[in-house]
Amino acid sequence: MSTIKVNDKHQEIELPLSVSGIIQLNKVVQPGMVSVQLNGEFVLRDDFDSTLLKEADEIDFLYFMGGGSDIF
Amino acid sequence: MDFTDEQIQRYSRHILLQDVGVEGQDKICQAKVLIIGAGGLGAPVALYLAAAGIGTIGIIDGDVVDLSNLQRQIIHFTEDVDKPKVLSAKEKINRLNPDVKVITYQTLFTAENALEIIKDYDFIVDGTDNFPVKFLINDACVFAGKPFSHGGILRFEGQTFTYVPGTACYRCFFYGPPPANLVPTCSQAGVLGAIAGMLGTIQAAEVLKYVTGVGDLLTNRLLTFNAKTMEFRTIKGKQNHKCPICGEHPTVTELVDYEQGTCDIQSKKK
Repeated sequence: MSTIKVNDKHQEIELPLSVSGIIQLNKVVQPGMVSVQLNGEFVLRDDFDSTLLKEADEIDFLYFMGGGSDIF
Repeated sequence: MDFTDEQIQRYSRHILLQDVGVEGQDKICQAKVLIIGAGGLGAPVALYLAAAGIGTIGIIDGDVVDLSNLQRQIIHFTEDVDKPKVLSAKEKINRLNPDVKVITYQTLFTAENALEIIKDYDFIVDGTDNFPVKFLINDACVFAGKPFSHGGILRFEGQTFTYVPGTACYRCFFYGPPPANLVPTCSQAGVLGAIAGMLGTIQAAEVLKYVTGVGDLLTNRLLTFNAKTMEFRTIKGKQNHKCPICGEHPTVTELVDYEQGTCDIQSKKK
């Protein structure tokens, strides 16, 4: 087992695991709606499958959020 | 500018702040801030900036007040239903602080008018709820070298960051608009009213910090919170070399009206 941080919380994972894999593992409701930062670096959506995680990685899911005025 | 006795009294709690003082208040009174959207976020932003004495507040919004807005858009009152939002907002600002000059734009913010409108302002506040306009605000501000505050809220959550030229922009964090209609807006998914106030007041504080030069702005950081747990997180970011607008090989070279719903794009000359 390896330990990574997902959204600041420790998570135990089995390697190898890709960014797509960790998104699935965390049951992200709308994977199309999440932007990913790996160790502070932006990951292109096209690279989610090919980007593999390693021990002690820190991954953040950023969600699209609208809000405010519903006018335009 | 020379403050009257009344103004010194009105702004005394700012002037008392060592970091602000008369000099900082003077900067606030000279500042020009554009608020895009007079809704959930724009309402608290406008009220706090008006109270603070921001010299000129521009408000752009093409909509009229709806009864369902009043649960969170605190600048609009029951008697304002059906009134243009910019007019309703202007009236409240004038009553709160007659020192403030209010410029209203009862129109949509589009690729056509974006650069022309923002050019007169020192700082732009994103108070819109849809992604086409959020990206348009980002792109226009990056092109024009204007600082702005991004704000988003949904259900019980909020997120915000501040852009100044040379720091991470919205596309550095989110690249491009999400597939149309996949992301619910507040009108579809709901939002706890007070969240708008929480997020909007953070945006207003960022404006005042920028204008006065006090403290460290929320740049290269995305602040998110979830009101269900009342946990706040700051995710560090930086200018992304793959960013399609401010990265090494920009592909976004002109303003575009992304259409929500169809994903069609209409290109407009910058």
